[in-house]
Amino acid sequence: MNVMRPMPAGQVGRSVPRLEAREKVTGRADYVHNLVVPGMLYTKVFRSTVPHGRIVSIDTSAAEAVEGVYRVVTGEDIRKVVPEPYYGPAFHDQPVLALDKVRHVGEPVAVVLAEDPYVAAEAVQLITAEYEELEPVFDEVEAVTSRAVVHEVLKPAGTFPDLKHLVGRRDTNVALDYQLRRGDVDAAFAAADRVFEHEFRTQQTMHTPLEPMVSLAIPGHESLTIHTASQSPSFVRIEIARLLGWPENRVRVVVPHLGGGFGAKLYIKLEALVACLALLVRRPVKLSLTMEEQFYTISKHASTFRIRSSVKDGKITGRRCEVFWNGGAYADIGPRVTQKSGFTAPGPYDIDNVSIDSYALYTNRPPAGALRGFGIPQLVWAYESHTDLIARELEIDPVEFRRNNILREGREQATGTAMKDAAIEAVLEDIVARMDWSKPFDRGTGPLRRGRGIAIGFKASISPTTSVAIVNVYGDGSSSLYLSTVDMGQGSDTAMAQIVGETLGIETENVKVIHPDTDVTPYDMATLGSRSTFHMGNAVKLAAQHARDQLDALARSLGLPPGTNYGPKDLFKKKYGMQAGNIVGVGSYIPDYKSPDPATGLSDNVTPFWMIGGTGVEIEVDTETGHVRILRMVNAVDCGRPLNPKIVETQLSGAALMQLGFTLFENMEYDNGQVTNASFADYKIPGIHDLPARIENDIVEAEQKSGPYGAKGVGESATFGVSPAIANAIHDAVGVRLTEMPLTPEAVFRAIRAQKG
Amino acid sequence: MDDTSRQIRFTLNGRPVTARVESHLDLVDLLRRFDLFGARESCGQGLCGCCTVLVDGVAVSGCLTLAQLVDGRSVTTVESLDEGGALSPVQQAFIDEGAFQCGFCTPGFVMMTHELLKENPDPDEAAIRDYLAGNLCRCAAYPEIIRAVQTAATRMKTAQAA
Ligand code: FES
Ligand code: FES
Repeated sequence: MNVMRPMPAGQVGRSVPRLEAREKVTGRADYVHNLVVPGMLYTKVFRSTVPHGRIVSIDTSAAEAVEGVYRVVTGEDIRKVVPEPYYGPAFHDQPVLALDKVRHVGEPVAVVLAEDPYVAAEAVQLITAEYEELEPVFDEVEAVTSRAVVHEVLKPAGTFPDLKHLVGRRDTNVALDYQLRRGDVDAAFAAADRVFEHEFRTQQTMHTPLEPMVSLAIPGHESLTIHTASQSPSFVRIEIARLLGWPENRVRVVVPHLGGGFGAKLYIKLEALVACLALLVRRPVKLSLTMEEQFYTISKHASTFRIRSSVKDGKITGRRCEVFWNGGAYADIGPRVTQKSGFTAPGPYDIDNVSIDSYALYTNRPPAGALRGFGIPQLVWAYESHTDLIARELEIDPVEFRRNNILREGREQATGTAMKDAAIEAVLEDIVARMDWSKPFDRGTGPLRRGRGIAIGFKASISPTTSVAIVNVYGDGSSSLYLSTVDMGQGSDTAMAQIVGETLGIETENVKVIHPDTDVTPYDMATLGSRSTFHMGNAVKLAAQHARDQLDALARSLGLPPGTNYGPKDLFKKKYGMQAGNIVGVGSYIPDYKSPDPATGLSDNVTPFWMIGGTGVEIEVDTETGHVRILRMVNAVDCGRPLNPKIVETQLSGAALMQLGFTLFENMEYDNGQVTNASFADYKIPGIHDLPARIENDIVEAEQKSGPYGAKGVGESATFGVSPAIANAIHDAVGVRLTEMPLTPEAVFRAIRAQKG
Repeated sequence: MDDTSRQIRFTLNGRPVTARVESHLDLVDLLRRFDLFGARESCGQGLCGCCTVLVDGVAVSGCLTLAQLVDGRSVTTVESLDEGGALSPVQQAFIDEGAFQCGFCTPGFVMMTHELLKENPDPDEAAIRDYLAGNLCRCAAYPEIIRAVQTAATRMKTAQAA
């Protein structure tokens, strides 16, 4: 019986415009940025000016004397609300405000509260602090052996079993040492025709969401409400409740639209501070960071990757990967990046003998966390540059060399998990075909040389994680979807409504999506790692099916024959005699998972799905200036069946262009631990002129059988191949190899000069 | 702080208004007092275009404009574009082409596109890129934004011809 199908299906796969489109083009969309509540105090943070030091004294008296200042708060004051004020998703290592020590320039040390934000900003300049400076360490490789120790003792959060062995470890900057061992790498190297070894580095960058991070806490009667621009409302609630020693239900976390996230607004950022302040002063407290302050708050890992491969008869027989992740002063989610991304370090190739060591390092830089790709772009940068170099050395066409070694469907990846619904070959072949790879290519003339390059990459989904969704069908047949997935621009509201529409047989546009409010919307692990489409999508589908089943049962109980054309509205009316009642469908989803063996890193079920992405570029290098122009960029992904092709396409070009900025120019520059370019004046992000002359995005024909309506995540996939594709193309054009990002005109020019001698 | 506030009068989206304004207040914060949030501060340095409004018909960065300076002048914000309830052709084109993701930069792009099409009803892609070069979109919806401007231009020309 199918009483719920007054509309034909076909909601999924349709390019429905975003549900919130009208609010966004009229400037009326809700962001925490806009929020003002009665009695609210504004805050301004006083930050450390040294990269590593003991706090000797903090003088807040001049700031307190400023008219209009409500209060100045330091780390010791925070202890009155939370005796152990250390937070973090992987390690409980980050103090709400610095205690005893500061570990990076820009670390929050004190806070001014005032009714007028301009007063708070003026007063904060009058705070002074004295530090006993300690030797800092900034480089991830040096941090392994450095005498400077950022944290005297490691404090893993305890939520992750694979971090347990780190509890209490002392005097080390290695926050996590992840390893994988498969086959016998030494034997492979010994038996090889050739062995190749390279080192690649990436720089530290920042997400710069245009809505800077912002949180507002409102104290209530034995309760607390936090409005926050967060990608992980459920986690914020759990972590704040843990800090306060409260049950979860006394903490309410509310999230409207986000003005961009990209991983910057994950886990817990400003929330612990505003929560403590609001409880301390018993008034609502808002903290809005400036663009500059975001650079001191979270960033993307700088990294060093040493990669060594043996080749026999054109096949890669062994690969050793050593990856060092510069996690900055606090672990944030770095240890997960180290492991969850680390195991894909050998790349999408079929290699029998693999050894991986992936290290999360503490340094005295601002913390690093998740940024669109969760470490994968750093890895692909290295292994796809390496792959190209090997092919060149062996004088094999780089596409041919990839074809010879590609990880095919059904074969085991390094962890021992078999590749399933992973269209790696299709992605490669799609790019190759569209670039007419086998045809002759115009190599330019005079100082302008042309080249082309290709790169492919893959990513496992973070696992195991849970999503819960609720679908509520009302008396008039309209419905709402309750979920804690955060739409930060990726279009999840619309895609999830499409799943409800498809399952219930109603128009997507008639489904209302209730934004995250932990008093109302159920648990979701977080909006990260392209997990929502798959995990939350499955939960939403289950919730909608549950609602549909109950409606079918209601029809049966009312004696209606199967296949009857009664809509839900009529069912409710018939049942209650008037417009009344609800049907509530609940769906909860967690995929199967087997955690890797701690000694070998092996598991036959390490991820519920794989994301595949690749890029091909044609570029022109001005040999007189080192300037690189992207003439054409082709991006291809396997995202299963796209729920909303148009939104997916926007995600593809958005991801690729963001990675283009990280590849060519974005770079946090330092002077003794101080970021010297924390502003759009000096830290350039891609503008409209950086858009390649031609950009094409392709979704390859594929299906994720375990995904909702065949779909899986896609928000990061188009970042994977961009950086190495460009480096490979530069090599192709002018014969020089850059091994360090960003690929600035200066770096290209220097390499050309060095080559000429 | 010394009291530097002053009463100003200006026209806001066609209506006369008054406000008591401190000397340091910027135009974005003044607009917030009128519950207008479409112009928003992001970079705070005149580099991103998120805070674009018109003062006497000229596009300015609200974050760099002192509120007291709009005394006696006319300020127009994105909220004026759909006052009659209908979206402007530019807004509709942004929706149809999917020219945004998070939407934080969108009001700025919409305002600048209106200015562009006023000056040049038939811009080619190079002209579009040049005119919008001062607006940043971290979601990088640039390909769709260019298409939206072209679509809006075509529709506005057709409407004019009819
Ligand atoms: S906020 Fe005014 S230009 Fe960026
Ligand atoms: S749509 Fe997010 S910044 Fe432009």
